[in-house]
Amino acid sequence: MITASLFNSFSMPAFLADPSAGHGEASQHLAQLAEHAAQHPNAGPKWVLLIVLLPVLGFVLNAFYAAFGNKSKIPAWTTIALLATAFIATLSMFLSYEGTPYTVQAFEWFNLHYGDKSFVANFSFYIDKLTILWMLFVTGLATLIALYASEYMSHDIGLGYCRFFAAFCLFVFSMACLVMGDNMLMLYLGWEGVGLCSYLLIGYFYKKPSAVAAAKKAFIVNRIGDLGLALGVYLTFVHFGTVQYSELFANETLHTYINAAATGDFSHIPAQAQWIALLLMVGAFGKSAQFPLYVWLPDAMEGPTPVSALIHAATMVTAGVYLIARFYPIFLVSEHALPIVAWIGTITALLAATIGMAQFDIKRIMAYSTVSQLGYMFAALGLLSTTGAAFHVLTHAFFKALLFLACGAVMHGFAGQLDLRKLSGVAWMKGWGIVGVTMLVGCMNLAGLPYITSGFYSKDMILAEAFITPGYRMIGWILVFTAILTAYYTFRVYFRVFVGPQHAEPGDEHDDHDDHAHGEEQNHDAGPHGDHHSDHFHPHAPGWAINTVLVILACASMLSISLAYIQKAEHHGWVGSMVAESSASYHSPYAAEAHYAHVEHTDMHPVAGPVGTAAPGKVFGMDAHAGMILVSGLGAIFGVLVAAYFHGPKGWQGLFIGGRTESDKCRMDAIARRAGPLPRLAENKWFVDEIYAAILVTPLRIISHIFHWIDKLLLDGLVNLFGFLPRVFAWVIRPSQSGVLQGYAVSMAGGLAVLLFVVLVIVMNSGGAA
Amino acid sequence: MNHLVQAIDSVQLAQLAFPSEMPATVLAPYLFVSAAMFAIGLIGFLTRKNMIIMFLCTELMFQAAGLALIAFGRHHLQADGQTFVIFVLCVAAAEAAMALALVVLLFRHRESLSASAWKELNG
Repeated sequence: MITASLFNSFSMPAFLADPSAGHGEASQHLAQLAEHAAQHPNAGPKWVLLIVLLPVLGFVLNAFYAAFGNKSKIPAWTTIALLATAFIATLSMFLSYEGTPYTVQAFEWFNLHYGDKSFVANFSFYIDKLTILWMLFVTGLATLIALYASEYMSHDIGLGYCRFFAAFCLFVFSMACLVMGDNMLMLYLGWEGVGLCSYLLIGYFYKKPSAVAAAKKAFIVNRIGDLGLALGVYLTFVHFGTVQYSELFANETLHTYINAAATGDFSHIPAQAQWIALLLMVGAFGKSAQFPLYVWLPDAMEGPTPVSALIHAATMVTAGVYLIARFYPIFLVSEHALPIVAWIGTITALLAATIGMAQFDIKRIMAYSTVSQLGYMFAALGLLSTTGAAFHVLTHAFFKALLFLACGAVMHGFAGQLDLRKLSGVAWMKGWGIVGVTMLVGCMNLAGLPYITSGFYSKDMILAEAFITPGYRMIGWILVFTAILTAYYTFRVYFRVFVGPQHAEPGDEHDDHDDHAHGEEQNHDAGPHGDHHSDHFHPHAPGWAINTVLVILACASMLSISLAYIQKAEHHGWVGSMVAESSASYHSPYAAEAHYAHVEHTDMHPVAGPVGTAAPGKVFGMDAHAGMILVSGLGAIFGVLVAAYFHGPKGWQGLFIGGRTESDKCRMDAIARRAGPLPRLAENKWFVDEIYAAILVTPLRIISHIFHWIDKLLLDGLVNLFGFLPRVFAWVIRPSQSGVLQGYAVSMAGGLAVLLFVVLVIVMNSGGAA
Repeated sequence: MNHLVQAIDSVQLAQLAFPSEMPATVLAPYLFVSAAMFAIGLIGFLTRKNMIIMFLCTELMFQAAGLALIAFGRHHLQADGQTFVIFVLCVAAAEAAMALALVVLLFRHRESLSASAWKELNG
């Protein structure tokens, strides 16, 4: 079986002799890497800085375009050219990489020495294969999505266009700082930078109250996570005395902890060291939209679609995965961090999938799907598979960007219409064929149809990991169930919107933006009937830029299947080979054990309990990977068929089992009416927002009102009192300033007389004494 | 000519002109006249409303002070008093130019020389 053989390649004889080889090797490997990094701290070529500098240049140029009132597509072309150059630089960084991590310093930032301690955090970049992997898809997708946005944002040519691309470039710069920084302070800088750009771009349509509210929500929810990250960075410095990666990963104390954790003994690891991982985890949950901090991401869809695709699907939200992968050694020494990550990821995956099933806004469905897939990545991290997480990040980046951009093309062409009940048969409309086909590719990848999609391989890697890691079988079944739901809600969109009888009601986007200048659409506004949904609406099909990007992304999604086969003997695929040469490198002892199950171990595993109990890695009596192919592959097909039955149109487009003849009526409606409150609960997102409002927002608001009145009455009262006293004093003495010149003169003369009298008395007295 | 090339201090300078100190009995009338001038000036300043008269009264007080300075300088055989009076005269001259110009401006605003015309400049 192909997938089984992905893992089959674990040629690790040392593991048999030494049960803790998984950890031992990981830490040994880290020490090697760190030695290299320490030996050549500045060995990297300076042109690597281009990757960071070019987006900054783009930001500055776009700011100038805005200042000079540019009204052309030049901002877009500047951005595309600069980002494409940055991508080429990243590519040559990848090709010229010689197997040892290096740092490239831009300039000295913090260099403080006090006593025998020091705090060093330079503005420099740490390049290893994890960095390269992340930067490859960040810069590559940013270039493609900038090309897409050059057409998508053409409604707003002028100031808005410049503003969009300026923030876009700033985002790529921040992301580069986050991923490439060689210390935790650079990571934090990038972390806050991407948060800021996310805020700016969600609130791009700043005249729309919902967009402004969504931007604020994203920023505030992220702040909760950022607090965790900041405290984690602080605690790392306090405990290990450094925030630089090369020093941190070479730290002797950390290695002692890792070796202790490998034997399952956490009692000698100080609680302070264990807390670091828990705090960093909170940061990752915020940025990567995990339960309970996921609520900002669906609302973030108020931003323009290219932003949703780049920031809120492909790159920024994977920063949490990067954080945990980068600091995997620190997570390994924490007893509870990784199990919490695994369970939170699983809960998020299931919760978001159930909400996504009941939404009607296609962009929002994709948003919940993103949250759900991020849950898979976190589950993979918790299940000791950094490779599975990174592989899913990569495949997800491609197919989710593709799905968002395809939905964006629909939104763009149908004047902002996103309701799947009001659209049907889009793929058959004139000029929409490419969108239909690429959307199908994206949906198949997200659903994980067996063998023919990259999403299948990455998801399978995670699912198999759940079954071969003891104690996590429950997570495995929940994730399999979620995979079926995923296939269902994905193809629900496809069967309703893209196939079936052709029908489209335009949205009301031209009401939202006063600067829209679409001739034919404006006629609707000015029309004598005032009928917005008139029959003579003509959707405008996507142009070459949108179509090109969609085709490239669809090809990338399909071609990344091959990544599962490159170097699969050594590392379970290309992504595994990238992860293996970084701080995220970790070989789960169970992955090997699944294939050497006859060996008896009495060893305790740090995370999951005793190794070698209850024959792990069996699904229906089969090898975990073979079982997963069966279960997840059949599950995906089953989900698609269910979607076809309930939402598919009559005839072959609904695979001959659908029964929909109109755009807005399907078999699901009847069932949903009888299913009691469940569908409505799911449609209303399980009222999570309302629960948060009741237990968090409202109490906070009440407290802040109380503090407001304390401030107003007590503090302001005190300040006003101090202002009032001089006024009372002035009111008493003001009559003396009569305005009569002689009055002043008399008081002067009188004062002089008194003074002279006093002097006289003093002189007389002293004279008398003498 | 010998005297001119010597380093001359104020005491010697006074002794060149006035070989002997002025007795206190001679000083008293000077001080009395000075005090009387100052009192007249002060009373005039306090009682009159015409700004030019008030200004003249301040000048009278100035010169009373100057007279006292010169008398004391003679009494102590020191030239400081005279030097100081020269300065006071210069300042008084400059101040007179300023004050008269101010009076003219004030008159243009109110068509009156009375100080009470500006009573509204109160606190």
